[in-house]
Amino acid sequence: MAKLLVENVSVAFPLYHGESRSLKKTVFAAASGRMGQDAKHRLTVEALRNVSFSLNTGDRLGFIGSNGAGKTTLLRTMAGIYEPVAGRMVIDGVVTALLDPGQGMNFELTGNENIRMRALFNGYTDAQIKDLQEDVAQFSELGDFLSLPVRTYSSGMIVRLGFALATAIHPQILLMDEWILAGDAAFLGKARERLETMVGSAEILVLSSHNPAILMQWCNRLIWMDSGRVHADGTPEEILAAYLPQDQFEQAKMAAAHAMTAA
Amino acid sequence: MNMIVPESDPDGAGHLRSARPSPKPVVIAAAHGWRPRVASALQDFGESLRLWPLVWTLSLFDIRLRYRGSLLGPFWLTLSTAVMIGAIGFVYSRLFHQNVAGYLPFLAISLVLWNFINVITSEGATCFSTSADMIRSQRMAHTVHPARVVMRNLMVLAHNLAVIVVVFIIYPPHLTWSLLSELPALAVWVVDASAAALLLGLVGARYRDVPPIVGSVMQIAFYITPIMWSPAMLAHRGLGLSLALIDMNPFYGLLEIVRGPFLGQPLEIGAWINALSYSVVLVLLSFMLFVRARPRIPYWV
Repeated sequence: MAKLLVENVSVAFPLYHGESRSLKKTVFAAASGRMGQDAKHRLTVEALRNVSFSLNTGDRLGFIGSNGAGKTTLLRTMAGIYEPVAGRMVIDGVVTALLDPGQGMNFELTGNENIRMRALFNGYTDAQIKDLQEDVAQFSELGDFLSLPVRTYSSGMIVRLGFALATAIHPQILLMDEWILAGDAAFLGKARERLETMVGSAEILVLSSHNPAILMQWCNRLIWMDSGRVHADGTPEEILAAYLPQDQFEQAKMAAAHAMTAA
Repeated sequence: MNMIVPESDPDGAGHLRSARPSPKPVVIAAAHGWRPRVASALQDFGESLRLWPLVWTLSLFDIRLRYRGSLLGPFWLTLSTAVMIGAIGFVYSRLFHQNVAGYLPFLAISLVLWNFINVITSEGATCFSTSADMIRSQRMAHTVHPARVVMRNLMVLAHNLAVIVVVFIIYPPHLTWSLLSELPALAVWVVDASAAALLLGLVGARYRDVPPIVGSVMQIAFYITPIMWSPAMLAHRGLGLSLALIDMNPFYGLLEIVRGPFLGQPLEIGAWINALSYSVVLVLLSFMLFVRARPRIPYWV
């Protein structure tokens, strides 16, 4: 049983540069209303404010909201990268976060070295590293290229390697940003299948996306983020009906229904 | 890809596909008291010890990448050190009126050791800021980054040891039992290097002016520390007050505890006291700062 509990979590980014204290401070504060000060009167951007929710096995949560609403910061916080300045999280289960396409790949190293590095980050044993290398090699179809430095790859090959690596491990709790859904067309059919297997086997999915059809198809719960707060929390139908203009909502519903029947 | 693994499976049998059951939930909370902060800091140390194969591989790749495509590879390290020591040794032995046989071994050890200290401070000061991408892409022990700097430079040090060995073959030292003290000295060096890299890395991540300041301070330190010269060489000039300054120099004790035994000197209690007291201060300072600053590192880099 996987469980993820987020309790009154707040995250604030300090702005340390000297000039921000004077002019910029007043301008930004007036413009966005999201500037604050911490206990020592340092200027901060309040990226998340009092966010609470809890997830259990079977939950498929989507985040929606405009750019800068705090979706990615929330994913990073749930991944344990940013520790909250207030509140707490309880994470019960193995978490994998697919946050950005680069995934900390070193382009000077070869494909195989990058795979090995990633495996070591996760504390794998030699046998597991070998499994991972075989799995990635088979899926990415890069063959001998895996022993060349990644900088010699075409951009399509880099995407294939990144995707194969990112989807090789099936976690209990999967946190995804939407980059993973964007891929080149020839690769897409195969990639989609693999991604859906991974999503399907995860006990908890958290997905941040701007694509309403995907959210409707994959999620059973949606949180609408607005300026770092939970604006609304409900079923995808409810939230999207409120979030999207009427015509776009209908369109998304049709697209999702179409994708469901196709699958 | 980012993994939060509450407890590693001890037998490592967990296959990639199987979602391993996690016996203990991870709690990440905004901590204000000392106790939970110290606990998280200790956990971080433990985690990076567990990740030592990663630290090893990162360091190995760092060195390999630096010399990928070059003919001699990492042996350029050895060669450039050898050339420098040879050139400086012959010129300065004249300047200081020393005989080469006595001066060259002294200089070889001093320069190789100083290179290590110097690089640890400069690379240590940027150890977090240069790993910003890694820090922001996954949750991992923060102490991995200073550990990588130390490990990488221990590898460089190992390459440079070849030069010292060659010098010793040409000018054989008379070694005594005090050589045994090299083992605890090495331990002190590894601990100090790690503490220094961590401390400077934290300060350097928060205040970006620190790395260049560290660079210039170390340059001054190079001239006022007995590296190219030893107090004994200049004894006839009547050092007086400056001798006290040398004894207070934090680098002097550290250098002496390694250098002395190699040059056939007996155990120097004064140097050990100096080295150990500065080490205790350094380790405490660095640990306290880490306890306090650990949760802020991803925000700073």
